[in-house]
Amino acid sequence: MSTTDSELSAPSALSTASGRRSAAVRDGLGVGLAVGVSGLAFGAAAVTAGLSVAQACVLSLLTFTGASQFALAGVIGGGGGLIAGTLGAVLLGGRNALYALRLADLLDVRGWRRLVVAQGIIDESTAVATAQPDRATARTGFFVTAVSLYLTWNLTTLLGAAGAAKLGDPETLGLDVLGPAVFLALLWPRLTAGRTELRVAAGAAVIAILATPLLPPGVPVMLAALAALIGFLPGRAGRTEHADRTEGSAA
Amino acid sequence: MSVWIAVIATGLGCYALKLGGLVTPQRVLEDPRVRRFTDLVPVALLTALIAVQALAHGRTLEWDWPRMAGLAAAVAALLLRAPFLVVLAVAAAVAAGLRLAGL
Repeated sequence: MSTTDSELSAPSALSTASGRRSAAVRDGLGVGLAVGVSGLAFGAAAVTAGLSVAQACVLSLLTFTGASQFALAGVIGGGGGLIAGTLGAVLLGGRNALYALRLADLLDVRGWRRLVVAQGIIDESTAVATAQPDRATARTGFFVTAVSLYLTWNLTTLLGAAGAAKLGDPETLGLDVLGPAVFLALLWPRLTAGRTELRVAAGAAVIAILATPLLPPGVPVMLAALAALIGFLPGRAGRTEHADRTEGSAA
Repeated sequence: MSVWIAVIATGLGCYALKLGGLVTPQRVLEDPRVRRFTDLVPVALLTALIAVQALAHGRTLEWDWPRMAGLAAAVAALLLRAPFLVVLAVAAAVAAGLRLAGL
């Protein structure tokens, strides 16, 4: 689940503290609601892949990071190994650790509160938090986004899963396209951002497709992480130093 | 039952990563190579997922015209800067429509 920067309000001309604060709240609610609705897609995709409604809901409650959830559902739907599927899903969640590294300073949470705040650290909350002009509004933006998204994501997961369970053959409705289409939409800003990203993407796709007939399902995707090394090939290094702002760009 | 284990393990693993980042000393990010690699890994993983979900069925590769047309429609929608949910709706509608038409 992710969104594009266009959904974040532009740095507003509002100069008062309360003006900045309400802008941050608007950002957070807007992103939270818009992206949270894509839980419908996840719920439907999960049930289509063979998870029960309860499993889809527990996955959303515990994991709360869309790409990993779609990934696990995708491997299960493809008849893949559960261990490889789980490892791939967790590996995909690795970028949240990087977001957390960055947000730790900005949010300045300490002690047990970190146990709660951690769950809210995802693409969207990071994107909104880092788009704010100062630390106070960054905190506001983070919490509003995280809470509204957590609520809508879990509610719509239930609706999507329960709905898909009643719909019969999901392929008739084109629901099998939702998984890859979601990833494509999430990845789009990165793919259009630089040539290195395109090379890495192409390399990863080739690795995954070539490995598919040879290895158990789920493993080819993990293997494709090696394509990230393409970014270190000589001559092109440093081409995409703009990559500093990656928040909100991948699920 | 083992699907339940995968669901719970994925949830706990993803949570542990978020918490881990929150409690890790900040100096880890100082190495630009670490930043760069971790920055590109999601691109690789997500693209691989798109490829596998679009073309693989278990260990066999298959070309499903309605599904690929749906993805192509998603690309077109993204090029037109359509909102997230519109992209998904267009992709599903194209695939469903082609299947309804018997392709």
